[in-house]
Amino acid sequence: MSTTGVSVNGKKAALGAIPPHTTALDWLRDLGMTGAKEGCAEGECGACAIMVARPATTGDPSTEWVAVNACLIPAAGLDGQEVLTAEGLGTPTALHPVQHEMAVRGGSQCGYCTPGFICSMAAEYYRAGRCQPQSSAPRPSGPEHNGHDPNQPGAEADAEHGPNGFDLHAMSGNLCRCTGYRPIKDAAFALGEPSADDAFAARRHQPPPAPVPTRLSFGSAEFIRPADLPSALQLLAERPDAVLVAGSTDWGVEVNIRGSRASLVVAIDRLPELRELSAGADEIRLGAALTLTEIERRLDGEVSLLAEMFPQFASRLIRNGATLGGNLGTGSPIGDAPPALLALEAQLVLASVDGERVVPLEDYFTGYRQSVRAANELIKEVRIPRPLAGLTAFHKIAKRRFDDISSVAVAFALDVSGGVVRRACIGLGGVAATPIRARRAEAALVGEPWSRETARAAADVMAAEGTPLDDHRASADYRAAMLGQAVLKLFAENPLTPSRNGVPA
Amino acid sequence: MSHLSQRPDVAEVGKAIPHESAALHVTGHALYTDDLVFRTKDVLHAWPVQASHPRARITGLDIEPAYAVAGVVRVLTAADVPGTNDAGVKHDEPLFPDEVRFFGHAVCWVLGETLEAARLGAAAVKVDYEPLPSLISVKEAIAAHAFQGAQPTVERGDVTTAIDQSAHVFSGEFEFSGQEHFYLETHCALAHVDEGGQVFVQSSTQHPSETQEIVAHVLGLHSHEVTVQCLRMGGGFGGKEMQPHGFAAIAALGSVLTGRPVRLRLNRTQDLTMTGKRHGFHSQWRVGFDDDGMIQALEATLTADGGWSLDLSEPVLARALCHIDNAYWIPNIRVTGRIAKTNKTSQTAFRGFGGPQGMIVIEDILGRCAPQLGLEPAALRRRNFYRSVDGQDQTTPYGQPVRHPERISAVWDEVHESGEVARRREEIERFNAEHPDTKRGLSVTPVKFGISFNLTAFNQAGALVHVYKDGSVLINHGGTEMGQGLHTKMLQVAATTLGVPLAKVRLAPTRTDKVPNTSATAASSGADLNGGAVKNACEQIRGRLEQVAASGLGVAAADIRFVDGEAQALGRSAPGLSWGEVVRTAYFQRVQLSAAGYYRTEGLHWDSSVMHGSPFKYFAYGAAATEVEVDGFTGAYTTRRVDIVHDVGDSLSPLIDIGQIEGGFVQGAGWLTLEDLRWDESDGPMRGRLSTQAASTYKLPSLSEMPLDFRVTLLERAHEEGAVYGSKAVGEPPLMLAFSVREALREAAAAFGPAGTSVDLASPATPEAVWWALSEARSSHDKGHLAEGKPGARPDQPDPDAPVRVPESEAAQVVVPQLLTEA
Repeated sequence: MSTTGVSVNGKKAALGAIPPHTTALDWLRDLGMTGAKEGCAEGECGACAIMVARPATTGDPSTEWVAVNACLIPAAGLDGQEVLTAEGLGTPTALHPVQHEMAVRGGSQCGYCTPGFICSMAAEYYRAGRCQPQSSAPRPSGPEHNGHDPNQPGAEADAEHGPNGFDLHAMSGNLCRCTGYRPIKDAAFALGEPSADDAFAARRHQPPPAPVPTRLSFGSAEFIRPADLPSALQLLAERPDAVLVAGSTDWGVEVNIRGSRASLVVAIDRLPELRELSAGADEIRLGAALTLTEIERRLDGEVSLLAEMFPQFASRLIRNGATLGGNLGTGSPIGDAPPALLALEAQLVLASVDGERVVPLEDYFTGYRQSVRAANELIKEVRIPRPLAGLTAFHKIAKRRFDDISSVAVAFALDVSGGVVRRACIGLGGVAATPIRARRAEAALVGEPWSRETARAAADVMAAEGTPLDDHRASADYRAAMLGQAVLKLFAENPLTPSRNGVPA
Repeated sequence: MSHLSQRPDVAEVGKAIPHESAALHVTGHALYTDDLVFRTKDVLHAWPVQASHPRARITGLDIEPAYAVAGVVRVLTAADVPGTNDAGVKHDEPLFPDEVRFFGHAVCWVLGETLEAARLGAAAVKVDYEPLPSLISVKEAIAAHAFQGAQPTVERGDVTTAIDQSAHVFSGEFEFSGQEHFYLETHCALAHVDEGGQVFVQSSTQHPSETQEIVAHVLGLHSHEVTVQCLRMGGGFGGKEMQPHGFAAIAALGSVLTGRPVRLRLNRTQDLTMTGKRHGFHSQWRVGFDDDGMIQALEATLTADGGWSLDLSEPVLARALCHIDNAYWIPNIRVTGRIAKTNKTSQTAFRGFGGPQGMIVIEDILGRCAPQLGLEPAALRRRNFYRSVDGQDQTTPYGQPVRHPERISAVWDEVHESGEVARRREEIERFNAEHPDTKRGLSVTPVKFGISFNLTAFNQAGALVHVYKDGSVLINHGGTEMGQGLHTKMLQVAATTLGVPLAKVRLAPTRTDKVPNTSATAASSGADLNGGAVKNACEQIRGRLEQVAASGLGVAAADIRFVDGEAQALGRSAPGLSWGEVVRTAYFQRVQLSAAGYYRTEGLHWDSSVMHGSPFKYFAYGAAATEVEVDGFTGAYTTRRVDIVHDVGDSLSPLIDIGQIEGGFVQGAGWLTLEDLRWDESDGPMRGRLSTQAASTYKLPSLSEMPLDFRVTLLERAHEEGAVYGSKAVGEPPLMLAFSVREALREAAAAFGPAGTSVDLASPATPEAVWWALSEARSSHDKGHLAEGKPGARPDQPDPDAPVRVPESEAAQVVVPQLLTEA
């Protein structure tokens, strides 16, 4: 066994003899910490939120305080890292500014969700560049926003962004059952800048803790964080039973809700080879282990379809851990990234000890949670070819706007020039056993004038795509109707050739 | 002004202060029951064996394989119960069943050294089931005539004749869903055995006294051998009024059998699949209006989906029947209720306690009928409000005068004015004309909610107040803290009554050995009842200290006032005596410095057998104006603006009260628009399973559902004579302000159709439901069940053989002489 230990609120704590499936939440609570709490054990409520010191999303060697769900990540994954909880931020007699605003404004009633809110809020409080409203904070999509114009002038203080730059999406993964959220929002929007002597703010200017190779075993179960990609691939080749985790946002649910216990968990979230991002002339390469938050901030709106999708993808707490590799690796038909990546005609780089191969995403899924990925392969990278389509939109149908699972997801990537649809790629989620392309609807659009009649005709075709089912999220009839409506809505919101974001018309 | 309601000039009540535990909440230092586990040595963990049939006879139970699992210490079964195998007060909830009555029913429990060991042990237990026919939906139960409990009727006037004489008669049906409490803290109990076999249970319970009683009867002990403590709850909302008892009993039983502390904490899935929820209801109705839209008659049958056992279904149903009138005068009325017996979790109390389920029926009727009557829904609502006629307040269908009916129109008119409703209606009309694919709706709805437990006996409370020699004050009362700010208010009441600064007073956790025989902290009555008791205890002590101060200052005791920690003599400018001096002197003079306080609400009477009386001390009023915007492509919507004017009397604690109003409103909006409980009603292998049994599938409001613009005002000049320091209860009533969201969605959906379209809207009005409603409106063919014409469809009538409900508490009612002499 080789572990380093974890810094918790500035004090070093040994991981101890724990089973590898032990969550960070249970581990912290077994240390006697009471701030992080279990509300749902599946990353939906945020009562367990903590902060971890992570590499800055700006790409420079500084540190960011990143809020994550402690219920989902394995404690062993924190080895060598720094954790900050509500207890570490302040004390009842010396409240942190975030704690003070929440306390005096009635931001807590029963108080059970509160430490989690505090962590999400503090992470946003410390977000570099928060107070400059024209930062990379994604703009919301909605009737007033077409999604492909993420930095509209004058949009800095809208319903979801405070005058202090605070992005309400920072708390999209925190549920409160008591307050109705108004005082929490007021507290968030009242925050100023960290003071000059704020130690947590100062910590940002130092490098983040480096990932440390970890090997933890308990009985016959093991957790391994390999030092580099070759050793990860070697491990994968030798151990077909290995479960790969990055953000563990899916595996954590398996552990907590379904009682899954793996004989070997391999953490790949900090492998440098999986964390590269480049935007070249021919394609954009996204490392499979970059978190969605990192991609969102580093792309800064460059891929408009993704910029519109990210804020609708789960919650900030999840996006701070979740990766494209994970979302594609689990192969869920209702993940939100696959429809968008299908519409972008993305390709995957699969790596194994035998080398690498490139697979079009469209050929990747083979059935319900099945793919062409072999047991010894991992997803290394996602490639998005250029040129990017000029007219894009991501329509998510769900009961709740923040942090819900799509009943239907539709991603459009169209090129319209001279009033005619030249190219149409449409990715669909939630209407078949896998994410699919809407091939017939695409055919009904390509070569046709971009008109109401075309949209209507394509909508009828689109409504027959896939094989939607009835479940607790939506009826099959509604799902089918929403496919057609998506085309009509796309046209209604973009009746003319889009040109204002500079894409050639 | 009554003695109870009179406020001194200098008072801690009325100040807008944060929650007393706010600093602990935000730092993670506030302790909840499960936080105590780390501090307790050698704790065992409990895990249930849950059945996967909606109904089945248990033909075999083999627990031996569990003992083969490392770390399993004990399996608890019916054979282990030394007392009564029952977890409820109705004696219809066996703690260990021999027949599974719902999918997820706990058959037995496994105790392990770790939670993992208990979980694996539970998975190893072998249970043989003989599946039996089940009823899942309320409609299946109605068809099978499967009911439980009484089938009461509230009746006034002559419905049949009045319907016959009405100009317009409509009839319809309406079924609406229940709601999961989703308190962030799931059920939790931690039990250990104290000296001499006494049992100490820490429980997340709204009703420690009843938890104590159930634990005692399961263990075969007396109540004085069992103590229950509740530090605080991470939310309750009614879900911890009756449901915690069985879990506490399991923990206590395990502790007695093993001699070790036992922790039972449900995970979210267990909590969702095992504990009761807000009742969904089915309703049938016919209603008559005159040509002016005045309601002439209403006949309705409400069928509550009770689940597998009675639990609190009878009082929930009673409150539903007592609130179908909401704020409206209905001269002729006949409303019958019944409780379906289905193979689901046993539905229970939830904020509003049946009130919302009664009120939604009349609001749905008015929302659907207004277009048919050619009236604006708001106009139809306003003209039917309760009024005073010739100086006489109109009475409710159950015979209680509606005191202060003018406050209904006061809150209504004020919210119209402050919300600029008329101007915004014009704007919305213009907006809707210009936007074929997006429509807005603005709706205003009123709330009238009766305060007090329907059952008169529950309207009593106790408190225990200690003043220590150093002048510090410690208060105990029977109420529990679940986030609603009760403890904050009690601290303010004590400081006000004693005339000391707030910082002098501390509050100790709720324990049954401090204040016995308490009522549940429920029915919004926590501050009314416990506030009365705390005030009473403090007045006893203050009265004694007035004597001490009077002799010190050489004046009459009647002339002593305690203000901000000082005893002052009326009319004297000379310095008085400090609180600390008076207290110290009192001790040396052998004056008692502690007191037990008691309060009971006067003037209540109620007869459940005929559903008649004046069960409520007063009514709380409010009105809300909500504007929504609906996307015609998807049915998705946003709540653009909410204005609320609400009557909390003279607020005890404005920050707390506004928090209750906002939180209640959003929770109500969740019930009505988003939260979607789905049970598997198919005949497949998962029949009866709750499909939405996790936070990922059961969605409660998040920040994205918060109104973009949220303005709450407390009604001014709202002194309430009958309650502590002139305040009114606030916990439940605001939840029902959320009907304005549902009605605004209905109006927005209607705007997709021709003028005067009547829209049927499912509840919850999810985006999908709204989309179907607006699609119907667009195609302007009404597929709803709203039928016009006499005599209308007569609702189902009660079973004459159903039992008559005569609660023990009413049977025991005798005229008790005024035992409590108010100081």
